[in-house]
Amino acid sequence: MKALAIDTSNLVMGLAVVDGDTVIGDYTTNLKKNHSIRVMPAIHDLLKEMNMKPNQLDRIVVAKGPGSYTGVRIGVTIAKTLAWTLHKELVGVSSLEVLAQNGKYFPGFVCPLFDARRTQWYTGLYGKKEDGTFGVVKEDALVLRETWLEQLKALQQPVLFLGNDLPLHQEAIAEALGSQAVFGALADHNPRPTELAALGMMREPEDVHHFVPSYLQLAEAEANWLKAQNK
Amino acid sequence: MEKDEIILAIETSCDETAVAIIKNGTEMLANIVASQIESHKRFGGVVPEVASRHHVEQVTVVIEEALVTAGLTMEEITAIAVTEGPGLVGALLIGVNAAKALAFAHDLPLVPVHHIAGHIYANRLVTEMHFPLLALVVSGGHTELVYMKEHGSFEVIGETRDDAAGEAYDKVARTLNMPYPGGPHIDRLAQAGQPSIKLPRAWLEPDSYDFSFSGLKSAVINTVHNAAQRGEELAPEDLAASFQASVVEVLVEKTARAARAYDVKQVLVAGGVAANQGLRSALEARFQNEEVPLVIPPLSLCTDNAAMIGAAGSIAYRKGTRADWALNGVPGLDLEAQ
Ligand SMILES: [Zn+2]
Repeated sequence: MKALAIDTSNLVMGLAVVDGDTVIGDYTTNLKKNHSIRVMPAIHDLLKEMNMKPNQLDRIVVAKGPGSYTGVRIGVTIAKTLAWTLHKELVGVSSLEVLAQNGKYFPGFVCPLFDARRTQWYTGLYGKKEDGTFGVVKEDALVLRETWLEQLKALQQPVLFLGNDLPLHQEAIAEALGSQAVFGALADHNPRPTELAALGMMREPEDVHHFVPSYLQLAEAEANWLKAQNK
Repeated sequence: MEKDEIILAIETSCDETAVAIIKNGTEMLANIVASQIESHKRFGGVVPEVASRHHVEQVTVVIEEALVTAGLTMEEITAIAVTEGPGLVGALLIGVNAAKALAFAHDLPLVPVHHIAGHIYANRLVTEMHFPLLALVVSGGHTELVYMKEHGSFEVIGETRDDAAGEAYDKVARTLNMPYPGGPHIDRLAQAGQPSIKLPRAWLEPDSYDFSFSGLKSAVINTVHNAAQRGEELAPEDLAASFQASVVEVLVEKTARAARAYDVKQVLVAGGVAANQGLRSALEARFQNEEVPLVIPPLSLCTDNAAMIGAAGSIAYRKGTRADWALNGVPGLDLEAQ
């Protein structure tokens, strides 16, 4: 099975092509540049390098968020459209789960995070599940940093923090968790498209038409409207 | 026999997810519009983030519906046309990226289209265009007089200096506490009223084809306010009719004047406000005495749709206009640079 993985959900733009058990190519940048302009040329170039036509793919894997609303939609729109029009399988994977893979051999819990402003995070908790495999132990959510850190403290186990937004929060984390907190190193903070592809190979395909991004929160106008209704 | 040119067109610049299939530039094989109006109603206007979310939910469904309606497969498509701008950037991006993915997947030419060019070309789905021509474009975001000396050439000879006509309608509707979208409500009310309330007409400089509607909007608000202070109540029907009369008179007169000055062979009306009954009948009445023929597309082709993008896309395709994989949504795209 050949798969193309696409991640435009945050600043990191990642693409990977997998053929069966082998990663045959990948491309990652971590730049404040426009995904809408850059991702399709990158897909074109990568497949060309692989000597591959789009219809030779069997599966499209996409990072479905959370992250930048617009960024997530660019990747999801391309992935949905490619999968639908080429009659290929579509798989969506949590953007946080992709990042968490960088700590999958860490003895403890892994906390990937994306800054969501106003000291909120998009995060989840990953680690060894009951069946012994690495995966999500606390579902992805939009959380208040301080509340989340209290919950992590109660675990009384080391937690590895991953993500390019860490510098904004490292001090607060260290203060709350002390030696319980471990921080990823230079090469650990970019979500890897190869990990996205690997996760995507293991999942069941989605219904393409109904596939939507995982925003983890309502549009602001919708949230305000609901609040007004409940008054 | 030459092979038919079949264009699949995508339009997502605002709150309609639209896909159409156009044969040889003029024949509509499918024209699907998934409107979000019900969703935006509760907010009293289009919320960009909500619009973008709907687009990404709908886009493949609407493409499929268009192909099924036309009875075609992607293998029979000649090119993909898509609205590049202007519009809401997040909304445009869904159409642009879906179009890029389709074109890439099937190795098809990708043709970028200006949304206003699309509105004007809606007319070519009704009747052939004759040059030089004048187009009056009136919508929620635009009020322009466009001169075209030939296909694909656009010269803006007049435009609004403040609010677009549709914008003025929406703002006045809000003042009169009417539900969103306000334009159609005012239009309906106006049919039942008399233009008995004095409101200003913004003619600007004598030789200008520009428009201005913000003064009129303020005048309506003041009139309502002053009446309320006197304890009087104005009949909403008359207020709507008076407001509409002011907008329509300026639009119609400037259009007729420009048509003469530029000695055009045809006058086209385009854009969502062209669905307005008051404007349609005033234009028709005015141009009955003019030699130049007037074309107003049916309502369904005045509001945002993808058939118009396909019609404009066909001309652009034949002229060799192509986008590469870096095509982006451009919210402030310039019509004259087309
Ligand atoms: Zn429009």
